[in-house]
Amino acid sequence: MMSNEALFTYTLRLADDLLILSHRLGEWCGHGPVLEEDIALTNRALDHIGEARNLLTYAGELEGKGRTEDALAYLRNERQFVNTKLVEQPNGDYAHTICRSFLYDAYHLPLAEAMLKSSDAQLAAIAGKAVKEAQYHLRHSSDWLIRFGDGTEESHQRAQAALNDLWTFTGDLFAQDEVHQAMVKAGVAPDLSKIKAAFDATVDKVLSEATLKRPADGFMASGGRQGKHGEQLGFILAEMQYLQRAYPGATW
Amino acid sequence: MLPEGNWISRAPSLKRKAILLAKVQDEAGHGLYLYSAAETLGTSREQTIDDLLSGKAKYSSIFNYPTLTWADIGAVGWLVDGAAIMNQVMLCRTSYGPYARAMVRICKEESFHQRQGYEIMAVLAKGTPGQKEMAQDALNRWWWPSLMMFGPTDANSPHSAESMKWKIKRQSNDELRQTFIDRTVQQAEVIGLTIPDPDLKWNEATQHYEWGTIDWAEFNNVVAGNGPCNKERLVARNKAHNDGAWVREAAMAHAAKKAERKAA
Repeated sequence: MMSNEALFTYTLRLADDLLILSHRLGEWCGHGPVLEEDIALTNRALDHIGEARNLLTYAGELEGKGRTEDALAYLRNERQFVNTKLVEQPNGDYAHTICRSFLYDAYHLPLAEAMLKSSDAQLAAIAGKAVKEAQYHLRHSSDWLIRFGDGTEESHQRAQAALNDLWTFTGDLFAQDEVHQAMVKAGVAPDLSKIKAAFDATVDKVLSEATLKRPADGFMASGGRQGKHGEQLGFILAEMQYLQRAYPGATW
Repeated sequence: MLPEGNWISRAPSLKRKAILLAKVQDEAGHGLYLYSAAETLGTSREQTIDDLLSGKAKYSSIFNYPTLTWADIGAVGWLVDGAAIMNQVMLCRTSYGPYARAMVRICKEESFHQRQGYEIMAVLAKGTPGQKEMAQDALNRWWWPSLMMFGPTDANSPHSAESMKWKIKRQSNDELRQTFIDRTVQQAEVIGLTIPDPDLKWNEATQHYEWGTIDWAEFNNVVAGNGPCNKERLVARNKAHNDGAWVREAAMAHAAKKAERKAA
């Protein structure tokens, strides 16, 4: 049986991935490799924050305790965030940033497409807006991964290294715990094995064009969905939440 | 992008973060328009950027001041973009077409930027005592540098006469500065902030504000490279450029490979 609490947790998971990824992409502002990419990354960060805001607002409504999007973003602690570890990984070089987004995009687009048919009307509506953006995001990250893989020797090595480093975080995107199973049963969320099939197809197609090697599915890092993150998440939150914490109750 | 990008990760609400992301993106877009306008004069974007990175080309001195608190993001929008618009509105009618056409688009977005900055300040000014103090402090620090953005007084402006002759500039530095002050003083009053100039007073006869003396020694010092952030701004831009070299090379190499395959 689906409880409101499970739906709340599921909505937060969707939101936190976007909120944290947006934070990371925003860190590039003013430091991108070329002006067009500076614009592209802030544009993506803006899309992600837009979707995150819709989801956080909805999560607050589901919870029914009067928490706003800002209360959920700025006043939760490290262990209460339920994003996957993939999105909190540091930016690294541009290959790591692109690769992190590519792996997320290859999951996010089919997920958003599937969510169009969600039994939850609000989540379906939010996905309706996100799906168009997600198509662009995947095109952007795929194009760059192909340029890197099939560019210079250096770019190829950097892209392969990034892929090897980040692959361990892809398993958690498709983990189906009790919360997720309840969502599937209620018709809210898709079976993630279907999303995984779409992810695999995208990854194989893009990596083949990029002449990059798909890493073997070895050990997969998990824990993000249960609020067990890497040390870096605390620093993200310390930075992101500082004004709300320093001026409690203020309006901005 | 650097002074404002500095606060994206610390914006105090998701709405503010989204607005700031959109705004900085606009600014980068304005950079693209103007690099394109400069290209019509025969200088490639690479060359223009190289001149910036080597310190040969100048950029607006205002960006050599730090954004120390969140209120600075309000002050930058309200005062810095507000001062820039005065120039940019005039430049919509400049005699050089590519520049004028770029400015028409820029002005539309800048007017939104100015209003969002003012709105940040208005919210802070009616917030907690700590927020109001933050807003006033930002106004204190940004007021005089904003006035300096209009450049030296007409009597001491070495390029003004020629720019006016070619109708590149249509109004003088002092005229624009006066318009800016007249408007901004009233805006400060509305939100209950105080302009940091004890000599500021309304002149009934001229229907303009009179103001105190600009510290031109500070202006010249910042232009000469000794402002609070001159060095770190250029270090940051050079680092971004150098770190991104392999990215640009990869893009060119891939494009060449694709073209070769298509030809084959």
